[in-house]
Amino acid sequence: MTRWLPKVYLGLVYLLLYVPIGVLVVFSFNDSRSGYTWGGLSLRWYGSLFNNNAMVEAMWNSLWLALSAATVSTIIGALTALALHRYRFRGKKVLNGMLFVVMMSPEIVLAISLLALFLLVGIQLGYVSLLLAHVTFCLPFVVITVMARLSGFDESLPEAARDLGASDFTMTRTVLIPVIMPALLAGWLLGFTLSLDDVVVSTFVSGPSYEILPLRIYSMVRVGLKPEVNALGTLLLVFSLVMLMLSQWILTRSKR
Amino acid sequence: MPSITRQPFRTAVLVLVWGWLLFLVLAPNLLVVGASVMTRDPGTFISLPLNLDAYRQLFDALYLEVFLHSLYMAAMTTLVCLLIGYPFAWALSKLGKQRQLLLIFFLIVPFWTNSLVRTYALKMLLATNGLINSALMGLGWIDEPVQMLYTEGAVIIGLVYLLLPFMILPLYSVFDDLRQELLLASHDLGAGRFATFIHVIVPLTLPGVLAGVMLVLLPAMGLFFVPDILGGSRNLLVGNVIKNQFLDARNWPFGAAASIVLTITMAILMLAHRVSKQRIGEEGTG
Repeated sequence: MTRWLPKVYLGLVYLLLYVPIGVLVVFSFNDSRSGYTWGGLSLRWYGSLFNNNAMVEAMWNSLWLALSAATVSTIIGALTALALHRYRFRGKKVLNGMLFVVMMSPEIVLAISLLALFLLVGIQLGYVSLLLAHVTFCLPFVVITVMARLSGFDESLPEAARDLGASDFTMTRTVLIPVIMPALLAGWLLGFTLSLDDVVVSTFVSGPSYEILPLRIYSMVRVGLKPEVNALGTLLLVFSLVMLMLSQWILTRSKR
Repeated sequence: MPSITRQPFRTAVLVLVWGWLLFLVLAPNLLVVGASVMTRDPGTFISLPLNLDAYRQLFDALYLEVFLHSLYMAAMTTLVCLLIGYPFAWALSKLGKQRQLLLIFFLIVPFWTNSLVRTYALKMLLATNGLINSALMGLGWIDEPVQMLYTEGAVIIGLVYLLLPFMILPLYSVFDDLRQELLLASHDLGAGRFATFIHVIVPLTLPGVLAGVMLVLLPAMGLFFVPDILGGSRNLLVGNVIKNQFLDARNWPFGAAASIVLTITMAILMLAHRVSKQRIGEEGTG
């Protein structure tokens, strides 16, 4: 009995995790307006999704925000990881500590602190405030991913480059960047997904000038059931699945 | 490696990194601490006379009740996650390595899916004329639909659904590190299964438990959209209070004070995690 019991248990938990998602996907192809009864197969909710101009605009806004936030946080995160790995400087522990606090603190704490900053400094709530906020919460994840890659790396290579007369910048560009490339890609994908999924921080720091997808979904699901959300959820699911498989593939391939 | 000569690249990197963190992490957090001891002001959000009114307000009967209820729901969420996650991580760590990785992958797939959409999926299942009620009535187990949506239970189910992977992953990592020799040694020394569990397995997995608790308990107080979608107006989280105070009531000092209470809770949990890890380090290697 003890042999199959753990497996049955694991299976049961996975079933519970995936039933809601399965129902969501199945009902996105439901022709009936009510979210509970089956009215035949149809793609009408996907159609109404793309005929909704505000929705399409929010999608583009989200996509652009996620692209730019992932890119900026990958650049700054990679530089931070390199600095932590290679330089000795005062306050290194403080820097590490700040990154750890960003990663661990509840999103809502980060959200209100950034809102307070933006309002008091006078940064208008919109694309810029969203970008600054998203880069900030993605940053620690990029730093960790890159640090993990750097920690298993042969130190003699950068030293050899230096001995051959390469400047710090040249050495970073020609030796370190190629080595951490897989980690950069994985970090970028992680940042992209985190940004696309964020609700809590975005609720606080977005303004009416720049509506993004999660907030649009939020206003839709608060009242009643909307079949369009099923269609949108299915698309997002497929999208993040592709991204996740891509990042896993990059990471495992680079290990070989 | 650090050289004394001037390195423009090094300077540029350090200035950029420090600048970003000081402006977007340190300054905002100091602002919140400052805001919590200032006075509410309709024009500039906060103004001088320093005082502790906001903290006193936290103990008003009305808010205290909300806080305690939120803490209760978060604690229940954490407990359920632990009860599901502990045996789960244990069972997972006993499988073959290849299969472990595959199952971990399927554990994080939902976590990469929009959390609002997943909460909405639960709403479809729990609604009065939703799928669970229809199924139960179809089977003839119940005659009338059971009210599941807009209850305390619905909020806890939603939070567990969103946060379970955060409990399982740290637990899995301690079970994965658990050395079989220690269990064998305990067995050889005459300990039964139960004694081994209490005296060996539980203490060694405690850091994982605390890490999991930390990763579940705090978000479970902050994820305001879960009660918004599943809980109705009576089952609020601390996160809902903070959000209302900041965005609707414009009472920054109060919202800031509530957020600082959350931060202090986080600090205490982190300290406990550290202490438990150090104790294991001393006993395990000594």
